[in-house]
Amino acid sequence: MLDPAVLDAALLSRLQFAFTVSFHIVWPSLTIGLCLFLFILETLWLKTADTVYLKLYKFFVKIFALAFGMGVVTGIPLAWQFGTNFSELSRIAGSVLGPLMGVEVMTAFFLEAAFIGVMLFGWDRVSPRLHYLATFLVMLGTHNSAFWVVSANSWLHTPAGVEMIDGVMVVKDWWAVIFNPSFPYRVTHMLLASYLSATVMVAGVCAWYLIKRQHVEIARKGFSLALWLLLFLAPLQVLVGDNHGLQVLRDQPRKIAAMEGVWHTERQAPLLLFAVPDKDHERNEHEVKVPGLASLILTHHLDGEIKGLTEWPRADRPPVAPVFFSFRVMVGLGLAFIALGVTGLGLRRGGRLYQARPLLWLACLLTPAGFVATIAGWWVAEIGRQPYLIDGILRTADAVSPVPAAAVASSLAAYLVVYGLMLIAFFYYCHHLVQRGPLPLPGETPAEQHAEGEWLAVAGHASLYTPDSKGAQ
Amino acid sequence: MMDAALICALMIVFGIVMYVILDGFDLGIGILFPWAPADESRNLMMSSIAPVWDGNETWLIYGGGILFAAFPKAFAVLLPALYIPIMVMLFALIFRGVAFEFRMKAKQSRWIWDTSFTVGSMLAAFAQGLIVGAVIHGFKVVDGRYAGGSFDWLTSFGITCGFAMILAYAFLGAAWLVMKTGGATRDWARSITRPLAVAMAGFLASISMKTPLEYHWIAERWFSLPNFVYLSPIPLATVALFVGLFRGLRLGRDRRPFYCAVGIFLLGFVGLAVSLWPYFVLPAMTFWQAAAPASSLNFVLVLVAISLPITVGYTAFVYKIFRGKVKPEHSYY
Repeated sequence: MLDPAVLDAALLSRLQFAFTVSFHIVWPSLTIGLCLFLFILETLWLKTADTVYLKLYKFFVKIFALAFGMGVVTGIPLAWQFGTNFSELSRIAGSVLGPLMGVEVMTAFFLEAAFIGVMLFGWDRVSPRLHYLATFLVMLGTHNSAFWVVSANSWLHTPAGVEMIDGVMVVKDWWAVIFNPSFPYRVTHMLLASYLSATVMVAGVCAWYLIKRQHVEIARKGFSLALWLLLFLAPLQVLVGDNHGLQVLRDQPRKIAAMEGVWHTERQAPLLLFAVPDKDHERNEHEVKVPGLASLILTHHLDGEIKGLTEWPRADRPPVAPVFFSFRVMVGLGLAFIALGVTGLGLRRGGRLYQARPLLWLACLLTPAGFVATIAGWWVAEIGRQPYLIDGILRTADAVSPVPAAAVASSLAAYLVVYGLMLIAFFYYCHHLVQRGPLPLPGETPAEQHAEGEWLAVAGHASLYTPDSKGAQ
Repeated sequence: MMDAALICALMIVFGIVMYVILDGFDLGIGILFPWAPADESRNLMMSSIAPVWDGNETWLIYGGGILFAAFPKAFAVLLPALYIPIMVMLFALIFRGVAFEFRMKAKQSRWIWDTSFTVGSMLAAFAQGLIVGAVIHGFKVVDGRYAGGSFDWLTSFGITCGFAMILAYAFLGAAWLVMKTGGATRDWARSITRPLAVAMAGFLASISMKTPLEYHWIAERWFSLPNFVYLSPIPLATVALFVGLFRGLRLGRDRRPFYCAVGIFLLGFVGLAVSLWPYFVLPAMTFWQAAAPASSLNFVLVLVAISLPITVGYTAFVYKIFRGKVKPEHSYY
């Protein structure tokens, strides 16, 4: 596997991009979803004047800020990698992708960056209304960002609106580029995935407090709100995903074949619950299947035809196993979210929602699951597009920069180490934030707080005005 | 007749100027961090930029984004050519960027983030200096693709530029602190602004003399008549700004040094632009040659024409919200 001839600059560049983009995607999806949640909280607070909402806001905004910082610092390298690692893509399609990224910068990054400062540090400098506006603008920014970056990405899957002149892409119709065939499905799917990820995370953290019987009042509100959201969002995602599937079958049938593990074109294709795809023998091992279901889901007809991978030459097939398994992880977790939402609804009658330990533990366990599902979904989409970078037009191997493998290997190693350390630090401080819990508001007596929580709250404030370790020694 | 490529090129120049000035002072604060007189000063220094650093850094993506959009051919040459310094810069920006959030939450581990902030800021500045040096030095291009080596950017001139950049940002950061902080922090900042300004003047003078000697086209651009006459206001105004800066420091006008420092940066940048004009990639590509097809240039023009004024407007609004000297209680949310 570690043949030096194979580990060339192209493969390393792909690994680097795959790793950095997979790592990055967690933070935007958390900030998109959490910002919507914060916006809902601030709306409720301004409407009801119930300070529990404000406390929830001030608690989750800290996690939001951490995630936002991670998103910013891991996002900057991505834009530059188009040039540093895929300069042929930039040369050929820069005039298509560049302007879309440009709109993202202008309508999203600046907006978020400007108003997150107000969101975090503006409490005593601006009126509550202006603060509310800042939260709204940051939310708007995160959504703009998703819109444009998913548009650019979707164009790689379903290119439209361009013409090749002298070896470079020239845009003929911007509307067709932006609203390319897969874009409406993919942007909706991504936004819902972000909402789900953040909602499941909020539910998990609140469930933890309910299990520990800490910050109960705040945790109940948060948990209840999250489960209501989940009840609507999770089934909606299934609906959107289903429609997205129809579109992929129409526009990228190779990807569907890999997702479903279909090697030979067939009607009444079975849904494989589990299998081990064997690309050398062009078949699956250990199949567990439901007859006819794949055809029914994908074509909405029991007799619908699904093209098999053998319709394409081997060199044009995507790697099957990662696509096949990632798809099952994504769908499986999606079903778990539906189960969580529905069970929660059932337990609301009689107020058992906050005492049902198995449900609380399940919520806890699923805390990071939204992000796992999101990453799995992106793997399905992006690996399913291989070996093409721009589907049907430009192969990934032909898009890389004239940079030696050693340079890419070094930067890849550095990314692995640095991002690994960042993730550890993120978990470490998140753990502390969750341990400390929501703080009492200024001027409020912390009487209702758990004794330990109270001590930590005081320590948290005091630490700001005491010398650091160097000063103390 | 103004054409679309020219306006787009000016938009990039505007973005780079915004970046160098805005991220310049907050990189400068990272560079000065270890020398602060006390930890309270460090908290104050961090607070003075915490609400705005992220917006400041966004100008870097703006510059890169418009370059990618409007001049993809230059983008496709410059980025592989500068692979290593760009990667170093990106990692450095990661290190300093995470420090903002993590430092605030840290107690015993705060020193890790202080180090990460300082080292990240210095390395980012140094890498940017290397990039400036390499852009002045030029690139080997064959058939529109970069054809040089991975280390072509490593020249003594580039390294000089790297150190100059660290110094320049430290100078700008010190002037920012004079304006934004009070008490012991401000006094300390005031005491270091003067020597930093002197060193900055020395570096500017030596680079201004070295580049015409080393690169003949720069000498021709500046020292041929009538260019020499037309361009002479640039060095003269720079001298005037230095004088204004020292006067402001002496008189205790806390905002003046920063504005003068910004002016000096602007003029330094204008000087650089004059030297390189109209090349994006020396000696192979002018910005006209690197430009994207008209449909993309026009798209960028419309986009920027609508969004840039709005962006600058609300950025100014946010700066206004956080105007004035920063106080210790503003350090947390």
